[in-house]
Amino acid sequence: MIAFLLAQTIAITGGTVYPVSGPKIENATVLIRDGRIAAVGTNVAVPAGATRIDASGKWVTPGLIDGAGQMGLREIGAVQNTNEYTLRGNEVAAAFNVLEGINPASTLIAVNRMEGVTTTLAVPNGSLIWGQAVLIDLDGATIEAMRVKSPAAMVADLSEGSKEAGGGSRAGVAQRLRRVLNDAREYATRRADYRRRQIQDLSASAADLDALQPVLRGELALIVVANRRSDIETALRIAREFKLRLILAGAAEAWMIPGEIAAAGVPVLVEPLDNIPSYDALGIRYENAALLSKGGVKVSLMETATENTRDLRQQAGNAVATGMSWEQALRAVTLTPAEVFGVADRYGSLEPGKVANVVVWTGDPFDFSTGVEHVFIRGRDIPLRSRQTELLERYRTLPPKY
Amino acid sequence: MRHLSVGLGLILLAAGCASGAARTAGNTASPQNAPPAVKPSTTSTALQDTVGLGPQYPSTYQRHPTPPVLIRNATIMTATGQEIQSGSILFRDGRIVAVGTNVEAPSDATVVDGKGKWVTPGVIDTHSHLGVYAAPGTFAESDGNEATNPVTAEVWAEHSFWPQDPQIPLAIAGGVTTIQALPGSANLIGGRSAVLKLIPARSVQEMKFPGAHYGLKMACGENPKRVYGQRGGPSTRMGNMAGYRAAFIQAQLYRRRWDKWNKDHEGDSPERNLRNESLAEVLRGNIYVQNHCYRADEMMQMLDLAHEFGFKIRSFHHAVEAYKIADVLAREGTAVSIWSDWWGFKEEAMDGIYENAALVQQAGGRVVIHSDDASGIQRLNQEAAKAMYHGRRAGIPITRDQAVRWFTANPAWVLGLDSIVGTLEPGKMADVVLWSADPLSVYARALQVYNDGWLVYDRNDPAHQPKTDFTLGQP
Repeated sequence: MIAFLLAQTIAITGGTVYPVSGPKIENATVLIRDGRIAAVGTNVAVPAGATRIDASGKWVTPGLIDGAGQMGLREIGAVQNTNEYTLRGNEVAAAFNVLEGINPASTLIAVNRMEGVTTTLAVPNGSLIWGQAVLIDLDGATIEAMRVKSPAAMVADLSEGSKEAGGGSRAGVAQRLRRVLNDAREYATRRADYRRRQIQDLSASAADLDALQPVLRGELALIVVANRRSDIETALRIAREFKLRLILAGAAEAWMIPGEIAAAGVPVLVEPLDNIPSYDALGIRYENAALLSKGGVKVSLMETATENTRDLRQQAGNAVATGMSWEQALRAVTLTPAEVFGVADRYGSLEPGKVANVVVWTGDPFDFSTGVEHVFIRGRDIPLRSRQTELLERYRTLPPKY
Repeated sequence: MRHLSVGLGLILLAAGCASGAARTAGNTASPQNAPPAVKPSTTSTALQDTVGLGPQYPSTYQRHPTPPVLIRNATIMTATGQEIQSGSILFRDGRIVAVGTNVEAPSDATVVDGKGKWVTPGVIDTHSHLGVYAAPGTFAESDGNEATNPVTAEVWAEHSFWPQDPQIPLAIAGGVTTIQALPGSANLIGGRSAVLKLIPARSVQEMKFPGAHYGLKMACGENPKRVYGQRGGPSTRMGNMAGYRAAFIQAQLYRRRWDKWNKDHEGDSPERNLRNESLAEVLRGNIYVQNHCYRADEMMQMLDLAHEFGFKIRSFHHAVEAYKIADVLAREGTAVSIWSDWWGFKEEAMDGIYENAALVQQAGGRVVIHSDDASGIQRLNQEAAKAMYHGRRAGIPITRDQAVRWFTANPAWVLGLDSIVGTLEPGKMADVVLWSADPLSVYARALQVYNDGWLVYDRNDPAHQPKTDFTLGQP
């Protein structure tokens, strides 16, 4: 449950409401009470004393959820000391949970939430197993206040980026991942032997093997970064062998095998505007998200540039421009990521009982002509201010007023 | 050459912009009176001026033969202040012949129905590393930074450029018709740029834009001092400044020696020095300085440097803090080639704001939306739209025409090509993009791209979707 409750009732009235869980509703009211959505519809009574927000002519959607990036973990990419997302020296960093590295005072948070992104996955980076990603809301003075779910997923890499961990071969990477998972299984059944050192050397520390138990039980999803078709198929194969709850990320060549991915029930995190070929993914293309969506795959969209997480809107718009339906694209930045990260009971749509992450837009959230009028995170009407708006005001007329 | 039959109702647009199109091509629609679209690359050949050797590494660009094309019933954004509803544009032999609401098709013209579609000039990127940092991005294609010395004015980007870079067709599909391929920013002075028609070609020479000015890549700030800090310097910003100054002092001396010899031809000619040759051409105003510089205070230092040696900085690049000195930039006549929203990836980029472009425009400066990125170059129209709408929301009145100029006419000026491309006016080169929707919408995609009249891309026709050699046989 939320750490703090606002004893406040807000009624967003008259807007076109896109609940995502159902069809759009014209001239509807979204009622927010104590940080939760209390009611959505055309026949919602607005209690006396409620703060009214007139959304006539506006669009109302759930807050956007970005399934990527290092919000709170990365202040300035090029300044090493401001980054917290990598645990150096451990190729199998399964026990590395990034939560306590998050900086609630990061200047990136205000810049990005005022463009409608309310929730992000903060993802570690590393070698074979990167660690545990956490889901956070972009508001709150403390880590506890921001936390939505921790861990939200374990993250591993089967792309060319992790080849060193496999001795320089993809086959080595796959074998090492299997060995780690097998060792984690063995460790779980022979803890006493492990403590007495009556067990062959295991391929990871006890803490890391411990951390993999919920993954092996299928309780914690495993995000696997894979781009080449063969790497995606390796990920699917390993997930089958160990009965893992797999999420594919990157997945540049996934468009080649949507049927296989859909049949496995595996969701995919895609960055639509990523189309530059490399030897990791010569088949990369703009239409990936659209083709996967049409092929029945559950698609969630990403903007991986943390400082510009706000461009998730543009990613979604381009997914539409390349063939995804608008409705699917909106779902892919709201309810689908909420489902993928296991928080759809609380996030991702405008339904009574859900956390009140709500955005009021001047129009279509994906198009550039649209501005943000209000961002509510857990029912708080977020001030649309950031370090950038302060710079604008300082230099709007020259010379500046210092 | 066949004479055109142009309807009586033809509306010729006045060549009202400051680009000098009228001077180049006149207001006549007759191609006979227009200069040929293809000229040998002599106007920008620096060596002619310096050492009298004639054109070096000349352009071998040839216009592709193509029938006349009439796009009709489209919304035409001319980048000269006009947005013509139900408009038509006719081009033949690589030249725009007519733009208006009542243009008839010659009998041999290909007619394209533009109903519900939009037309702009070809997109121009002043800051690209296509070809010099080619995909697939291994060390083998890493040819953009000659990071062996902080001053390498002697290297030319065209000598690194790989025409089979598979990123090139992606940029073409985004409506790009001209790029400036630049050396990277590791060095204080990184070398000469290559200004190129973005077309399928076997060699960079076939792509070199006739009449374009070479650029000289210079870089401020963090990059040179990071690269050279542990390698003999510069390791500070003051070291950066000393490095530029030392280089231009040498170039002044070199220029004087050659000017004297070219005048009196006494004795042996001075020894050629490629580094000083490039810099001397900057001092003569023939090569344009293209200066990577983020921070406002550093741009002010670079303007002082330019004043010390008597050259102009044609454009600052990246310039995330341009808005802080927008008044100065307008006064100096230095353009800014910027992103709409990149910021925060390093310390000198921390103060980037959405309204940068709009504030510089409002102050009377010249704004260019650039990419510096093989991905971003595919949607410069979108980036311009983002900057325009954010400016408007902040109360800064930016017109749609101005936003289109940010990726067409203004970059043409930065490359010295504004009399040739960048607007849709009779006499201009037929670099034309047909968009599926308003190009300032996220949903618009380039449907057709004409480069000098040649249909180099058609979204609906695989026969006009050129692949590079690299891409053949790939998944």
